[in-house]
Amino acid sequence: MSMSLMEGNEAIARGALAAGCRFFAGYPITPATTVLNYMLNLLPPVGGICLQAEDEIASIGACLGASMSGLKVMTATSGPGISLYSEQISFAVGSEIPIVIVDVQRLGPSTGSATRGADGDVNFLRWGNSGGLPVIVLAPVNAADCYTLTVQAFNLAEKFRCPVFIASNKEIAMTRESVDMDALQIPAIVNRTAPSAGKPFLPFQVNEGQTVPDFLPIGGNVPVRQTSSTHGPNGYITTDQDEIARILLRLKTKLESAVETFSFYELLSADESDTLIIAYGVTARAAKSVYRELKSAGKPVRLLILKTLWPVPETVIRQAAENVKRVVVVEMNLGQYVREIERLMGDKQIDFCGQMDGWLISPDKIKEAVTNG
Amino acid sequence: MDSLLNDTRPPVFCPGCSHERITHTLDKAFQNMGLADHQIAMVSDIGCSGLFDTFFNTHALHGLHGRALTYAAGLKLGRPDLNVLVTMGDGGQGIGGAHLLAACRRNLNLTLLVLNNFNFGMTGGQFSATTPPDAQVGSGFLNLLERPLDICQTAQAAGAAYVTRCSAYRKDLEAEIQRAMEFEGFAVLDIWGVCPGRYTKRNRLTPKTIEASLAKLPAIEGPVAENIRKEYGRHYRELTAGRKPVADPLKIETVFDPPQLGRREAILLGSAGQRIITAGEVLCLAGLTAGLNTTQKNEYNITVMRGHSISELILSPEEIDYTGIKRPGVVLALAQEGVDRRREMFKHLDGDALVLQADGVQVPACSARIHPMDLKSHRIKKPDWALASLGVLAGFGKIISPAMLAAGLKIRFKGSTLDTALELVKQIES
Repeated sequence: MSMSLMEGNEAIARGALAAGCRFFAGYPITPATTVLNYMLNLLPPVGGICLQAEDEIASIGACLGASMSGLKVMTATSGPGISLYSEQISFAVGSEIPIVIVDVQRLGPSTGSATRGADGDVNFLRWGNSGGLPVIVLAPVNAADCYTLTVQAFNLAEKFRCPVFIASNKEIAMTRESVDMDALQIPAIVNRTAPSAGKPFLPFQVNEGQTVPDFLPIGGNVPVRQTSSTHGPNGYITTDQDEIARILLRLKTKLESAVETFSFYELLSADESDTLIIAYGVTARAAKSVYRELKSAGKPVRLLILKTLWPVPETVIRQAAENVKRVVVVEMNLGQYVREIERLMGDKQIDFCGQMDGWLISPDKIKEAVTNG
Repeated sequence: MDSLLNDTRPPVFCPGCSHERITHTLDKAFQNMGLADHQIAMVSDIGCSGLFDTFFNTHALHGLHGRALTYAAGLKLGRPDLNVLVTMGDGGQGIGGAHLLAACRRNLNLTLLVLNNFNFGMTGGQFSATTPPDAQVGSGFLNLLERPLDICQTAQAAGAAYVTRCSAYRKDLEAEIQRAMEFEGFAVLDIWGVCPGRYTKRNRLTPKTIEASLAKLPAIEGPVAENIRKEYGRHYRELTAGRKPVADPLKIETVFDPPQLGRREAILLGSAGQRIITAGEVLCLAGLTAGLNTTQKNEYNITVMRGHSISELILSPEEIDYTGIKRPGVVLALAQEGVDRRREMFKHLDGDALVLQADGVQVPACSARIHPMDLKSHRIKKPDWALASLGVLAGFGKIISPAMLAAGLKIRFKGSTLDTALELVKQIES
């Protein structure tokens, strides 16, 4: 066996390169800065571009332009930058522009603590766009996940033409750890679909049996229209009520109806237990420690580690919670994703274990929440 | 060449709007340049200037207010051969000021037409960044309080390589647009025009008065001698040509057995300049040579060469779940700043924990075994204490063996640095 030593941010950058990313734009911000540093080393030698833009709005704007030119693109920031990205995220959602957005979360609100971890943005990522349409959010647990989930994120962005977030955390991003690169489960690379030749191209036309329009780049041989305005299949503003309703509903259902095809998770089972722990991100590691301890103590619990947070992988969650009486949701915030679990399982006892002080939630704290419930 | 105007979507501007004149002039410029539909991307902003892309059968990108230059940058970098033309109003110029400055400094080969009609037309004639203080606008008295911005002087000062201030009614505007588009670099045209729907309802502004106002200002036209330089994309490609791809992550084979079983935690408590992070990395690399999983978490001041520097390390034959450290088995106390930062931790140390204490570092009372390291008498300098203490640790057979440490150093260092490091730890191990 052989192992490599890398921090989560390096794993994200290397995963992006492997996925075919050829354009990155970012603005320095702790704890996401090293993604920019790594991309600056990785991209130019393969003919890619890494841009340090004047601010976060320009960073994501340049990415959207480059994505429309046909390149796979990524940007990386932290909570304060996500705030500035917001209007451009809405553009990417509504106008179906593929982009991977890394949020290396730090303790908020606002400037908060630059060098302290948190998972305080998980609802912000989902709901921080005007119009409230869904996005995809993946949450890595360790450096290995940072690599593989970034490849998955690019594939999903290409397939569904939407923003895909990596909800990382300072505690994963800037912690170096051993990774067995040969053991990574790396999916086949997906590229956006070009239309079949012969038919006139309409930029937002959805063909029979598809939920996502085919893609042609701006700058290719066929003129392509892209617009942030409410548009019909031809890419021009529309005021047709039915057409508007149809296209906006499709933006919702194209992701929500497909989430079972990209529900990433790890379920550690315990048939005889009446308690399920749900955790994600770096907190899942402490939960795993508790899972192991309780199992060896003869008091097993189930543990569901969610790596797809949005759209909510409802089937996975319901199945994991089958026959349990109680669900303990552990989050590095003061209670966000727990609301989704409450929405799904009104008949069970839902307990929350959270912490928002810049420190990791300890296994002791989770164990106490589980055993004293 | 044929007109690139969109037959099915004729201009919809208010009667008398100078934007309509510019639309037709732009089309003539495209024709004069012999450009085909797919060779042009119109990037339009928000407001009346944001309608431009719909009137042309070209590539089009209509984004958010003030951000047109951001998309244009990505498009141009992705497609260097594409003619990227940006239309923006004086409103977009105001809201996207940082992007205008950056575009001027960057010098990507983009052409920006600022359709300057001195107010926010579409939202009701509010004042913009270019509205004169004495104008009657939809913002009441507020424009009396603010001074208008000179777009051209701003662009020149920010480094734009091509800047022209002109009237929308200028006879040779199509030739000027063509010159700007053919210029290799960022070109800004500040085109003054009339907004009959809003502005001229309450203010007198005609082609003639625009001409008269422009005549009173110093002429700004064409290439800016002091700002002429390489185009950004071309320069970028020149600087990055022939770079070798970055190597894949180094894979470290398992060749040793670790000296101890189970999960082991260590913490390096030092100060900036002691190469604490590097020593932590060496410990991890040494662990990898024995097939151990490792994590390294660092904490230091945002300023450099001042204050504490701490590295938390876990080495384990099992998967490492929780990366926090509460009761480390080994504490390397290398500087007071680091020890003081984690004073609380000492209370929790177990009796079999080992504290390696550097000269002059005060350690809080605790149950751990404290081993004073005599680094000074070995004439080891403070920046080398962290690496040297790994030698002491290996000498104790704690967490790593001397062979693992030597292997870790060989991965991390090369040449004379490696020789010095190997010598350093050998000296202290014995």
